[in-house]
Amino acid sequence: MTELKTETVTINMGPQHPSTHGVFRLILTVDGETVVDVEPVVGYLHRNHEKIGEKNNWIQNTPFTDRLDYISPMSNEFAYVLAVEKLAEIEPPERAKYIRIIMVELNRIVNHMVAIGFLMNELGCFFTPMFYCLRWREMVVDMWEMTAGSRMMPNYFWIGGVAADLPPAFLPQCREFVDALPGFIDELERLITDNEIMQMRCKDVGVLPPDVAIAYGCTGPLLRASGVPYDIRRAEPYSIYDRFDFDIAVGTVGDVYDRYLVRIAEMRQSVRILEQALRDLPEGETSTPKKKKFVAPVGDVYHRIEAPKGELGFYLVSDGETSPYRYKIRAPSFVNLQALPYMCRGGKIADVVVVIGSIDLTMGEVDR
Amino acid sequence: MSTRDLFDTLTAKLPQFELEYLEGKDPAILVRAEHLLGLALYLRDEGGYDYCASITGVDYEDRFEVVYHLCSMKEQGPPVVLKVHAPRENPEVPSVVAIWSGADWQEREVWDLMGVRFSGHPNLKRILMWEGFEGHPLRKDYPGPVDEYTFS
Amino acid sequence: MTQQDMVPPELQRNVLITPVDWIYNLGRAGSVWPTMFGLACCAFEMIVTLTSRYDLARFGMEFMRASPRQTELMIISGTVTKKMAPQVVRLYDQMPEPKYVLAMGACAISGGPFKDGYNVVPGIDKYLPVDVYVPGCPPRPESLLDGVFKLHQKMRNETIRTSPWYRKGVERELPVPEYGPQGLVLPKGEKSA
Repeated sequence: MTELKTETVTINMGPQHPSTHGVFRLILTVDGETVVDVEPVVGYLHRNHEKIGEKNNWIQNTPFTDRLDYISPMSNEFAYVLAVEKLAEIEPPERAKYIRIIMVELNRIVNHMVAIGFLMNELGCFFTPMFYCLRWREMVVDMWEMTAGSRMMPNYFWIGGVAADLPPAFLPQCREFVDALPGFIDELERLITDNEIMQMRCKDVGVLPPDVAIAYGCTGPLLRASGVPYDIRRAEPYSIYDRFDFDIAVGTVGDVYDRYLVRIAEMRQSVRILEQALRDLPEGETSTPKKKKFVAPVGDVYHRIEAPKGELGFYLVSDGETSPYRYKIRAPSFVNLQALPYMCRGGKIADVVVVIGSIDLTMGEVDR
Repeated sequence: MSTRDLFDTLTAKLPQFELEYLEGKDPAILVRAEHLLGLALYLRDEGGYDYCASITGVDYEDRFEVVYHLCSMKEQGPPVVLKVHAPRENPEVPSVVAIWSGADWQEREVWDLMGVRFSGHPNLKRILMWEGFEGHPLRKDYPGPVDEYTFS
Repeated sequence: MTQQDMVPPELQRNVLITPVDWIYNLGRAGSVWPTMFGLACCAFEMIVTLTSRYDLARFGMEFMRASPRQTELMIISGTVTKKMAPQVVRLYDQMPEPKYVLAMGACAISGGPFKDGYNVVPGIDKYLPVDVYVPGCPPRPESLLDGVFKLHQKMRNETIRTSPWYRKGVERELPVPEYGPQGLVLPKGEKSA
């Protein structure tokens, strides 16, 4: 019997697609339903952060960092402000450091909730888990609005502290949130973790071995799910993370299911950190005295933090002026996305969508 | 290992590379473009620096500079900074994609926005701007775009 | 005096059109389906507007359809970059009429904080006709709801008599910009308005 002659087909999953997280294009080469190659095309949201960052002065850049990874604005501001403080050798007061940790860990919880919600969307469970998760995001965003004035782009961190002190209603509301959250995570796990569809569609899909993950430069939950226990909060502790007691969640196989489990575990660890931070929050000032004109000394620094999506780093070069000479953002999603072709080869087209959901992308960060 | 210690070890083991130590808040090791691949291979295999965190291109008045931040997953700690200089006319630096696969898109971005060519890169195309765009926007002397609108 | 006399003669032929308009517009405004087309940060606030706290579904916008052929409203939420602008205009051309555009957020209205960028279109109204502008960065979900109400009001006040969708000989396919060497260029033969 003669072999049937087949050819590969090139399909475009264009920038407007319900499953790509934002504007992101994939050129798939498929042989039937099996994916032979994937070529991502990015740049549809390239908003010239780096060029605009060279024109703004040091203080004006903080609201722009909010718009990088717009799901976790507090982490982006944290990374930028820490980099500038490293360059200018400014030490914020103790209360400001604790407030920053509280905001950043709340941010991590929001980010992982949204990531799990979007992963469920990709599996076909259209929007119901997302509604569950967004309900808890609303609680956090209300707290941010109470403190910083805005739901989504808070612009709360200043060079040398935070913009304003916590209002009196913040602490009771935060404590209530932290007490209620483990119960919700349990409910989410009861509904999703042992679900048959979840197990069949996510186990052994998009496997990324640890040496490949390290070679591609992946960081964050993507790397930890592959079995590499690398977390910048432990590897190169910044701010006051060395005072807190928390574990690093590490997976075994490196598939989509492990990434989901790592995110659930990280949320529980964030609750632990929040409990400790709320317990130890000292009184005091919330920022160093603000200057109208901030000039950074000459030099260059690279500072990185463990953002919820991976390693977020800022490389700043200063020539003694009021604005940066070079302002470079090392975005985790941009580097993590390079591993997508490796993870998708040999799988089905439906698996491509699930793998994209598990990498947890935000195009604002990929394209900057 | 701190950068000073690493620099001393490297100058003792590989004196032919003629490395230079740059002081600063983040001290760096300056390496020549032609020796970059040899040093990178040594750092990955013997030094254990298996993770290339970031590749940046900087546009100074008299030169281009490509800055590499490398980390070790096993002995965790701050990154080691390597700097390479390239001339302003036809800047070219060897590509480290064969050593760290994660350098692929980062080098494409430096090519797209700064115009530094990476020799030996398997797929050096524009990544953030479209093919057919002329100019390298992040350079200090970029003139600016020119557009036509339907409704002005 | 009969009802017929109360209506002036020049308006008498409108008496039949007005209730038809009313029912037609009620049907259209009561069930506007937006295109699922989130570009950037504002997209997230748009998604939040669909969730249970702000609930856009109770105003008829139940689904966000992925395919532009099944929708009436394009909510441009987020910065339109030059690389994306041809795709946006192409999607607009693919929508069936009557169609509307709502520019959500500062970036869609005028380029927003990124106006100085070399890859940013300073406002989508350079390439598409916009009906409602909702300012904010990002606009709160309540602002987006207000924008949607204004759009419904605009739809209710339209009349078949003067609507552009039923005229003959009106050029309604917008030119799709192309990638040029220094920016976007319009296809040959098209001139800007």
